Amino acid sequence: MSKPLPVMDWATDFDHRDSRWIEDPFPIWDELRGRCPVARSARFEDGAYFASRYAEVREIAYDSEHFSSRRVIVREKKITPQPAPPITSDPPEHTPARKLLLPAFSPQMISRLEPRTRTLCRELLDAIGDAKTCDAAVDYAQHIPVRLIAHMLGVPESDGDLFRKWIHLVLEVGISDESVILPALQEMSAYFFAEIKKRGGKRGDDLISFLLDARIDGQPLSDPHLVGTLRLLLVAGIDTTWSGIGSSLWHLATHPEDRRRLVADPSLMPTAIEEFLRAYAPVTMAREVVKETTVGGCPFKEKGQVLLSFPAANRDPAMFPDADKVLIDRAENRHAAFGLGRHRCLGSNLARLEMTVAIEEWLARFPEFNMTEGARATWSEGTVRGPRRLPFTLGKARKPV
Amino acid sequence: MRVRVDAERCQGHNRCCAIAPELFEADELGNAHARGDGVVPPQLEAKAQLAMKNCPEHAVRITNE
Repeated sequence: MSKPLPVMDWATDFDHRDSRWIEDPFPIWDELRGRCPVARSARFEDGAYFASRYAEVREIAYDSEHFSSRRVIVREKKITPQPAPPITSDPPEHTPARKLLLPAFSPQMISRLEPRTRTLCRELLDAIGDAKTCDAAVDYAQHIPVRLIAHMLGVPESDGDLFRKWIHLVLEVGISDESVILPALQEMSAYFFAEIKKRGGKRGDDLISFLLDARIDGQPLSDPHLVGTLRLLLVAGIDTTWSGIGSSLWHLATHPEDRRRLVADPSLMPTAIEEFLRAYAPVTMAREVVKETTVGGCPFKEKGQVLLSFPAANRDPAMFPDADKVLIDRAENRHAAFGLGRHRCLGSNLARLEMTVAIEEWLARFPEFNMTEGARATWSEGTVRGPRRLPFTLGKARKPV
Repeated sequence: MRVRVDAERCQGHNRCCAIAPELFEADELGNAHARGDGVVPPQLEAKAQLAMKNCPEHAVRITNE
C-alpha cells in the first residue's frame, strides 16, 4: 500500500486520505461549498462523491431509494458487502433490525450507566495522578468508550487493545488496503462466537445475551445477523466517542477562554457538548448509488460511492450562523453529528453521556491544561475524525471530591 | 401554545426531551412525544421554542391554540 498522490483539485479529484484533509479539512470544505457542492474523485472504485453542504447531505441521508447503506465506508477497492445490521440495512429490512436494538440504547437505559462512566473516568484520572504532562487521547479518551462498551457487551475490558486494533484495520488501514479487512472481520466474528459459546444456555444482563434472546417475527437472529450486529456495536461505539471526547479536550486546550468559562459556569455544559459535536463531528458515513439520480444539480452515477459528510454539513454557513466559530453557548443547534433520518446513530444517548461525564470529570480534576509547547495533536484518517495523540501539559490536579 | 412531535419524522435524537423534559418524554424505543395534552405553560414557552429549533429532523411542532 502506498500513500495516495497529493490532491491538486479538491472538486474533481478529492481524497480524504490527503494529509491536508486529515489535519484541517475545514478550509477545503469551505472552498468546495463555494464552488462545487458535490465534489468527485476517480481514486475510488466506480468513482466517489462528496457533498459539502447541509442541504445535499440531508437529501442523500433521507433518500434510500437511490442511496443504499450496504457500503458505509468509501474504499479504494470495493469489497463484498459485509452486513452489520442495521447500519448496513436498507428498508424494509432496516426497521425490524433497528427496532430490536433501540430499547437497549434508549435515554432511560443509558442513564443507568452514568455512575459506571463516572467511576471509570475517575480511575483513569487517578492513574494520571499529579503528573505534569500526559497524552489525553492515549491515557484518557481512548479508554472510556472501550471500557463502557465492553461492560455493556459483557466481554473483558482488558481486551481493549484487541478492539482498537480491529477498528484501526477496518476503518483506517482498510480504506486503501482491502486485504486487511476480511481477516480482521473474521477475528472479530471468532471472538464473538467464543463469547456466545462461553455463555452456553446462560443469560446475563449484557447485550450478547440480549441479542441471543432477541426475535424478529418470532425467529431468533441468524448467525450472520447476530455476529454482524455485535461487530457493529463494537466498532461503532469506540473510536467515534473517543474522537468526540478527544476533540472536545483539544478545543479546550487550545481555547483557554472557553475552558475558563466552562469551568466557571458548568451550566454551559449541555450547549458546549452540542457545539463540540457540531463543530468536530467525528463521523462521516457513506452510501452507494443504486439508481442514477441528481442531487443539488449534480449527477450521481450508479455504483458510485458517496461520502456522506455530517461534519461538513455541520459547518455550512447557510444552516448555521457563524458556522466556522465554536460558540459554547450556541442555543439553536440543529446539528447532524449523529446523522439524519432512519440511520440516526443508535448510540447517540450513550455518546452524549460519555462525552459529558468525561469532560466534567476532566475539568473537575484538571481545570488548567494546554498543548505541550512544540508538540502537536495527530488526527485519525478516514471514516472517523478525532485526535489520536494529545500531548498536554497539566496544571495542578484538584483533589478528587 | 401547544407542542407535539411528528412521529413519522422523529428518529429519537432526544434533543427535545433533554432541553424541555417538562414538555417531552421518550418511549421505550427512545422516540419522543409531548407529555399530556401538549399544552405549554407560559413560563415554558421559550423552552418549547428551543426544543423545536434543536430538532435535527424538524419533528417538533408548535401551534398557537
